[in-house]
Amino acid sequence: MAKFAKKKDGDLPAVSTASLPDIVFMLLFFFMTVTTMKDSSLLVQNTLPNASEIKKLEKKDRVIYIYVGKPTREYQSVYGTEPKIQLNDKFASVGEVGSYILAERAKKPQELQNVLTTALKVDKNANMGLISDIKQELRKVNALKVNYTTYEGNAFNNLQ
Amino acid sequence: MSRFRQLPEVNAGSMADIAFLLLIFFLVTASIPTDEGLHRITPPKENRTTAEIKDRNLFELNLNRTGELMVEGETTPFSELRKMVKAFIDNGGILPGNSGYCSYCAGTGDALLSENPQKAIIALRVPREADYSVYVTVQNELQGAYNELRNEVSITLYGATFEEMKEEYNKGGVVTERKEVLQRKIKKIQEMYPQKILEISTSNF
Repeated sequence: MAKFAKKKDGDLPAVSTASLPDIVFMLLFFFMTVTTMKDSSLLVQNTLPNASEIKKLEKKDRVIYIYVGKPTREYQSVYGTEPKIQLNDKFASVGEVGSYILAERAKKPQELQNVLTTALKVDKNANMGLISDIKQELRKVNALKVNYTTYEGNAFNNLQ
Repeated sequence: MSRFRQLPEVNAGSMADIAFLLLIFFLVTASIPTDEGLHRITPPKENRTTAEIKDRNLFELNLNRTGELMVEGETTPFSELRKMVKAFIDNGGILPGNSGYCSYCAGTGDALLSENPQKAIIALRVPREADYSVYVTVQNELQGAYNELRNEVSITLYGATFEEMKEEYNKGGVVTERKEVLQRKIKKIQEMYPQKILEISTSNF
């Protein structure tokens, strides 16, 4: 009988936390797979419009990003509230778009230089004047594949 | 009896803390990517040519700066746009036997709409003051109209939608022969319904 030592009553066993790391690791891996690293911090407001007929940008390394929107609040005192272009980590003027595209294109491997897409991440409240200026610049440097990056959703929501 | 001595268990309690640290690091530095959007090919740098375009082959869309849409001179709600564009492109206004006859068009052959999809041109006039979101809506509807037409003709010809074929084409691990077949089909359909969109930026006041 001595083999089965009687448990002291009233002593709750400690909850095992051994599986906690597993759970956290699962979460970690989830986030690692579905997200990507921020490559540039946004200086502009960037609420994209909705569209339904969208296509995925398949290959990350073939994309050049251009952000357009109103400067975020901390930059508004310096740069005003008019929509601005952001290239990499800086505000830029329309004239700099062409040289930016050429510089980015030169960084890519030779075989990709002809298949690059320019992704325009434009805030829904930006006006078309700036966009058509950018498009003119893109045409000058022969960057003709453009992607208007949007959220998936009903396009008619944009009109409200 | 030392063989049976139990090894002391490694304390795994801090593992959770380490994992949490990693997790928080990823939460802070990462963002869920939005890499979807409307693909567009802009025309190359202007080499100004004038071409005679019949009025019936030109579909005029005008946006104004308050975000209203005018189609061929009449104010139109955005929800009608896709249907009208489809009717315009797929009109097939040339009688059978004449050159330029569109054998796969399902339209009504209206005398005011396009002759065939190859000739149909959509002209979109956007003022500089217009909102980008409205522009995206119009682009979305145009893309939608073309997608629907292409899918319809693709199903009747090949039994698969245009998008499915494109998806298969872009997917890795497809045999080369299959890829060539797909490429030919995709090209055929793109030629059946080419996207001809003319964008004009205006400064109206």
